[in-house]
Amino acid sequence: MWKTFLAFVVKEFRHILRDKRTLIIMLGMPIALMLIFGYAVRTDFQEAGFAVWDQARDQHSQMLVERMTASGYFLQKATVQQKEEMEQLFRQGEIKVALVIPPSFGEMLEKGVPTQLQLISDGTEPNTATTLLYYLNSILLTYQRDLSEKRFGPLPPPNISIEQTMVYNPELKSTFMFVPGVITVVLMLISAMLTSLSIAKEKEKRTIELLLISPLPPLLIIVGKVLPYILLSLLNGLIIIGMGIAIFDMPMHGSWLFLILSLVLFIMTALSLGIFISTKVNSQQTALFASLLGLMLPTVLLSGYIFPIESMPAPLQTISNITPAKWFIIIIKGIMLKGIGLKLLIKPVTILAVMTFAFLAISWKNFKIHL
Amino acid sequence: MFTNSIETRELTKKFGSFTAVNRISFEVKQSEVFGFLGANGAGKTTAMRMLTGLLLPSSGQARVAGFDVYTQPEQIKRSIGYMSQKFSLYQDLTPTENIQFFGGIYGLSYKEIRRQSKELIGKLGMEKIAKKRVGDLPLGWKQRLAFSLALLHKPKIVFLDEPTSGVDPLTRRAFWEYIHQEASEGTTIFITTHYMDEAEYCHRLSIMVAGRIEALGKPSELRKEFQTENMDQLFLKLSQKDLVRQNAARTN
Repeated sequence: MWKTFLAFVVKEFRHILRDKRTLIIMLGMPIALMLIFGYAVRTDFQEAGFAVWDQARDQHSQMLVERMTASGYFLQKATVQQKEEMEQLFRQGEIKVALVIPPSFGEMLEKGVPTQLQLISDGTEPNTATTLLYYLNSILLTYQRDLSEKRFGPLPPPNISIEQTMVYNPELKSTFMFVPGVITVVLMLISAMLTSLSIAKEKEKRTIELLLISPLPPLLIIVGKVLPYILLSLLNGLIIIGMGIAIFDMPMHGSWLFLILSLVLFIMTALSLGIFISTKVNSQQTALFASLLGLMLPTVLLSGYIFPIESMPAPLQTISNITPAKWFIIIIKGIMLKGIGLKLLIKPVTILAVMTFAFLAISWKNFKIHL
Repeated sequence: MFTNSIETRELTKKFGSFTAVNRISFEVKQSEVFGFLGANGAGKTTAMRMLTGLLLPSSGQARVAGFDVYTQPEQIKRSIGYMSQKFSLYQDLTPTENIQFFGGIYGLSYKEIRRQSKELIGKLGMEKIAKKRVGDLPLGWKQRLAFSLALLHKPKIVFLDEPTSGVDPLTRRAFWEYIHQEASEGTTIFITTHYMDEAEYCHRLSIMVAGRIEALGKPSELRKEFQTENMDQLFLKLSQKDLVRQNAARTN
């Protein structure tokens, strides 16, 4: 009895050990997840860009800004003199927060009069806004404590409070974050994963040979395969955006035409990835694994959808940069929440276009050779 | 003018240092049932892929339906039909949907597809199951449907890749009758099989061993030439010859 059972177990182990791909996934997946969660999922920030509107220009206001920079959490990107400059920086995505220091800040601090700083945050990233407020608060507390220690006499302790204001998303609605995220994940799932699965299925069942033996040109085979997915994905994207606006009060400040064109662009990027995967694999199972690991994981974890990119270590930030989802989320938030056009979004749009083109070119070469 | 449906001269395919097809020469006449036999790995599939325009030869010449395999693969694809027992139909589509798809990709008009589809379903007696998925049908019916689909666009030549594998002897017998009927109407049949008894049904045949054609002719001629009683013995004889040669090469 035991001997039979053992023989069976040994056979199963041989299957697993022989199948290198499954083995890599089985052992690699937990390691990859641990690394990603351990590093990417930290909510602490490093060097979040900020701008200062210093109306006091005294010793204390300068000290405060210095301390912010010294903390390592903030990185000063600009000094501004007026509201418009600040808004411009927010639109460009240069800064996450802006600090407004009121006139005679230092004077009031010396006298012990309560003063108030204003922290303006980018509401399209609610998690980031909350975390940065918390950092600033703790920097201020330390600063006040240090001041008290230096001072003697009957003066009341320094008293600084922070008023937080949001641009774009004053109520800090998480909807604004998850709608772009859901669109990205769904489009990746439908366009990339289903495309790669459906092509892999034709290869696995060898029906692809019937298509290749027919007078259909290879280009037509590919276009014919992906067209239904393009249409379905577009429909899906519009349904999610419609729901976001109608049910979850997502604003739509930008151009619809630009939004739809961006959707089509991202769908094309996802499809080109799907086609690329399918030229590399021969079975549906492998296609599924490759899509899950290569596409879904980065899309969910590294696109900035759930975890802020700024707090990831450099290697993961690099991976994040080559994740199409990251750029699409920037575009969609820019259009819907900030109402900006192609001029300010030219970088993410170009990156997606180049990625699409590159993947299609590589796939085309593979397709010709292998089929 | 080409009177032969298929002509090859010294057709060769090399993959790196491995020669899969080694200088094969043969011709197939119009309306002929030509058997292309050989053990697995003998090079049958590679040769067939070259003849159907899927693979470019390394050297040698071949013409299919009068078209050159190097320069006119598109014309060849339009002139041939293809069927394999293993993957000729979409299992998740119904017979009618399969007919519509294959009719469509071979450029038949909607009217023609509708007409053929009705005719075929009637001819095959599939009225009751026309709306069922192909995957749920018995193998014999799938096979007849696949064969009919390969003929849908009235090709000059039909390539049948082990069309009878896995089918019971009675159904195989019936299938060969369809093949001969089709050939008598002018279609050239190029068929691979590993059932040696089926070789007797062919007008002429070739046997490939290790990339070469070792026997070529009518079944009766071949039996006489190799002094065997049936095709099974002939095949064994050729294989043994190959084994002896391989061993000799190894000891050298």
